Amino acid sequence: MLNAFLRTAVGAGLVLALAACGGEPTESTTGGAAAAGGDTIKVGLLHSLSGTMAISEVTVRDAELLAIEEINAAGGVLGKKLEPVVEDGASDWPTFAEKANKLISQDKVATVFGGWTSASRKAMLPVFERHKALLWYPVQYEGLESSPYIFYTGATTNQQIIPGLDYLKEQGKTKIFLVGSDYVFPRTANKIIKAYAAANGMTILGEEYTPLGHTEYSTLTNKVVQAKPDAVFNTLNGDSNVAFFKQLKSAGVTAESMPVLSVSVAEEEVTGIGVDNIVGHPVAWNYYQTTENAANSKFVAAFKAKYGDAKVTSDPMEAGYNAVYLWAEAVKKAGTVEVEAVKKASGGIALERPEGLVTIDGETQHMYKTARIGIIQPDGLIKEVWNSGEPIKPDPYLKSYPWAGSLAS
Amino acid sequence: MEGILNQLPIGLSIGAVLLLIALGLTFTFGQMGVINMAHGEFIMAGAYTAYLLQDFAGRNAVLVALPVAFLVAGLMGLILERAAIRHFYGRPLDTLLLTWGVSLVLQQVARDLFGAPNVQVTSPTWLQGTLGPMPYNRLFILLLAVGSVVAIWVYMNRSAQGRRMQAVMQNRQLAATSGINTGRVDQRTFFIGSGLAGIAGVALTLIGPVGPTLGTYYIVDAFLVVVAGGLGQLRGAVIAALALGLLNSYAEFWTNASLAKVIVFVVIIAFLQFRPQGLFVLRSRALT
Amino acid sequence: MTAILEKPPVTPAPVKEPRDWRGPALFALVAVIGLVVMPLVLEPFRLGLLAKYLTYAIVALGIGLAWGQGGMLTLGQGVFFGLGGYAMGMHLKLNDAGDGLPDFMVWSGVETLPALWEPFRNPVFAIAMVVVVPGAVAWLLGTLVFRQRVRGAYFAILTQALAAAMVILLVGQQGLTGGTNGLTNFFEFFGQDVAADSTQRGLYFTVAIVLGVLFLGAWQLQRSRFGRLLLAVRDGEDRVRFLGYNPATVKTITFTLSAVMAGIAGALFVPVVGIISPALLGVVPSLELVVAVAVGGRFALAGAVLGAVLMGYAKTYFSEELPDAWLYLQGALFILVIGLAPKGIIGFFRRKDVTA
Repeated sequence: MLNAFLRTAVGAGLVLALAACGGEPTESTTGGAAAAGGDTIKVGLLHSLSGTMAISEVTVRDAELLAIEEINAAGGVLGKKLEPVVEDGASDWPTFAEKANKLISQDKVATVFGGWTSASRKAMLPVFERHKALLWYPVQYEGLESSPYIFYTGATTNQQIIPGLDYLKEQGKTKIFLVGSDYVFPRTANKIIKAYAAANGMTILGEEYTPLGHTEYSTLTNKVVQAKPDAVFNTLNGDSNVAFFKQLKSAGVTAESMPVLSVSVAEEEVTGIGVDNIVGHPVAWNYYQTTENAANSKFVAAFKAKYGDAKVTSDPMEAGYNAVYLWAEAVKKAGTVEVEAVKKASGGIALERPEGLVTIDGETQHMYKTARIGIIQPDGLIKEVWNSGEPIKPDPYLKSYPWAGSLAS
Repeated sequence: MEGILNQLPIGLSIGAVLLLIALGLTFTFGQMGVINMAHGEFIMAGAYTAYLLQDFAGRNAVLVALPVAFLVAGLMGLILERAAIRHFYGRPLDTLLLTWGVSLVLQQVARDLFGAPNVQVTSPTWLQGTLGPMPYNRLFILLLAVGSVVAIWVYMNRSAQGRRMQAVMQNRQLAATSGINTGRVDQRTFFIGSGLAGIAGVALTLIGPVGPTLGTYYIVDAFLVVVAGGLGQLRGAVIAALALGLLNSYAEFWTNASLAKVIVFVVIIAFLQFRPQGLFVLRSRALT
Repeated sequence: MTAILEKPPVTPAPVKEPRDWRGPALFALVAVIGLVVMPLVLEPFRLGLLAKYLTYAIVALGIGLAWGQGGMLTLGQGVFFGLGGYAMGMHLKLNDAGDGLPDFMVWSGVETLPALWEPFRNPVFAIAMVVVVPGAVAWLLGTLVFRQRVRGAYFAILTQALAAAMVILLVGQQGLTGGTNGLTNFFEFFGQDVAADSTQRGLYFTVAIVLGVLFLGAWQLQRSRFGRLLLAVRDGEDRVRFLGYNPATVKTITFTLSAVMAGIAGALFVPVVGIISPALLGVVPSLELVVAVAVGGRFALAGAVLGAVLMGYAKTYFSEELPDAWLYLQGALFILVIGLAPKGIIGFFRRKDVTA
């Protein structure tokens, strides 16, 4: 009769054997890919396809796949087709690091397009720096970072937050209430906003954070209403926006009486919040589906043709779409996919993109982007009411803003 | 000062939401000892029912959805009880894990059926506006909670079925020997408990997001209400929900939302030191 | 309070079973596979993943002890995992930062090192805290709730709420804990480059050996008088109390041990994976580990270990091959295991019912 210990050992042996087998097929695919490496270039796409962030990230992946398809249709890069390797970050930061590692060391991809949350980027950053591999990160973020192995195709703070504040100031909104989800982007954004306010004669009436996924906003609404601000600066993330706008509206707050400027609500999110609840409120981005130029008409048409007429395009999707084109352009200029050469070639590359002219700043590896303020329309789309006139030079550490001195340490 | 006063009705309305999401659990968890982790997904099913009914009922979908969602979620619960849970009575920890598996599957089903993004449920025009600090839709939820509690109380104490339910809850063996079909009672209990989750789901469309992960936002809070209130105790659940609602409201008003949640948890732990069985205890001589 | 081992009831001396050599032999075999074959066969990336699964296996071992043997379903084991992980992470962060501040404090606007962090500069202190903090928290919670005879489902829900509250607390204290991002971007692990293949290989051996040692310890504990008392508490707490023992003490000790194991696992996880964040210790990861234990077989310590490694592997495999199917599969597996094979995979290897 087998005793407990014995069975233990059998079981454990079984597992290890399984794990060993598991290693094998992957290795063989690597081998196969290396063989196929002759006529394709592998690129990694690493977004959350499951979990809470899937809502947002799947659409970015779709936009990146579209770009890859278009580039391949036009003949590929350096005469080779791009071959996407898609991995799921599962809304879990360590998984992002693990998958990044897999894409780099097993699949040997030329570059990775991926991430959404700051936390996922921070988790991946050491992996890319250690392996000297490239990450293209497509979402607006909190700045104060400039990794030599990351290209940031979304806005940094001086291309979104500060223009948003400029807009509020122009509108005569000087008493501001800050509402955000409790994580690094809102906290950093609010630090910048407070410094800006101090230098521009604006008052901050309150600053409130709620846990991610929070849905009970009646108390917070009461605090906001009691403070009687001219406007609310909203850095809430994800589902919380739905609860916040619904409850704000039912408390009688309207876009006329107290506009709420959001920096994480795009076309995609408007449907879930309910147009009724958010119509008339301003948002700050660099791109809207309604942005008028030839590149955008083409992008919107292609996206709808591929994924369905009901789909909308939004800023992070456009930034992900751009990332693929910008990388491809840098590879063409460098004549190789080798990372250091691509980095060197990237500086100064300028392309007409759906958001307008985008230029890579070689020094920070951020983009020159035009800031745009839009108002949410009854049809769920966003109409631009203000823009910065020309692409703004990226300044992730806000060195060119005297009032931000203490922030950029 | 006005802010502080406003927190009173706000606390009551938070309590009403807690009560609605926990009410079904006092049935399934409290009376049958079944920890149904899929309760949150039944809430989600109720919310999606309201979403689907918009096509037929337009802006008044929320009203039409109340009875429909009760049936939909109730039937889902009934199926779950018949197919799986009835084999696990007396093994609460196993049912907890089992139903968690069910909840994962239901979330993915919702994602496949309705897509990952949140969907929009428009609230009726007549629910827009405020009465003092209290929005009409909050008032509606409060009334809904009160209505549900009254209906359950009447059912439990004034109907033969309800009394049988109480008998099974107090002593299953004795009830069975007195000729009560306990299996039938279990089914009914589960149907009603799950149906109440459906109603809660409809109510939540007025104030929160409607998406596949909706249930996960509320499930922990719902269990805390039941634990604090005491197993199977309607009055316990009512008092616990309102107390926690008020506590949450004032804790958040004076500190912030994150700290308020932690405070609520600490208070519950401390409270269980004094009353480990919750507010109200069902006296029983049965030995565990 | 009654001391547990003071008044042993008069029991006949346990029947000495003939020594069975097959168990130790197989343990040795697994040890050889784990310590010799795997490092030779697997490439560094896969070996790193295996090391990660083995840290989960350490947590699972603790869950197996608390739940399988003691009947305490703990849904908040991630809390202790996290406490151990943060203790280690804080030390590594300070070590990397040298005289400066850890990177996240700089962008969180913290100007001086918080007092809480200062002692973690000392590696001995940090390693001590890996064990002490989870142990102390579990002891405190255990003493409070078990004394009041909170048990079964109540205990499960309380531990789950603890996990939820812990995440909120960690996320809310960004300047102190790194917020949602957690602690990441480590460079040096006790003088070694943490990302180097040789360091990772060494870490793999460390994790495997720690797991082996803890397993043997837990196995001895299970066979001891204490282990039998624990089973008795699981199966009839009131009866044990009537026999003059204090079940609360037995449970508190076991719960504390399981928490310490989770803490050690968390501390090893940090250099292996390179991150510790609130997402790792919330409600869902804690539950996933319980699932793993159930799948492997909760009534045998080996089942817990087996389940953790297997589920860790399955998760990686499915998210690489069929990301959409993972939730379905996890849910279905779970329903099937609990419904049809409550003793888990290990149950198929056993003829005799160990639960009785």
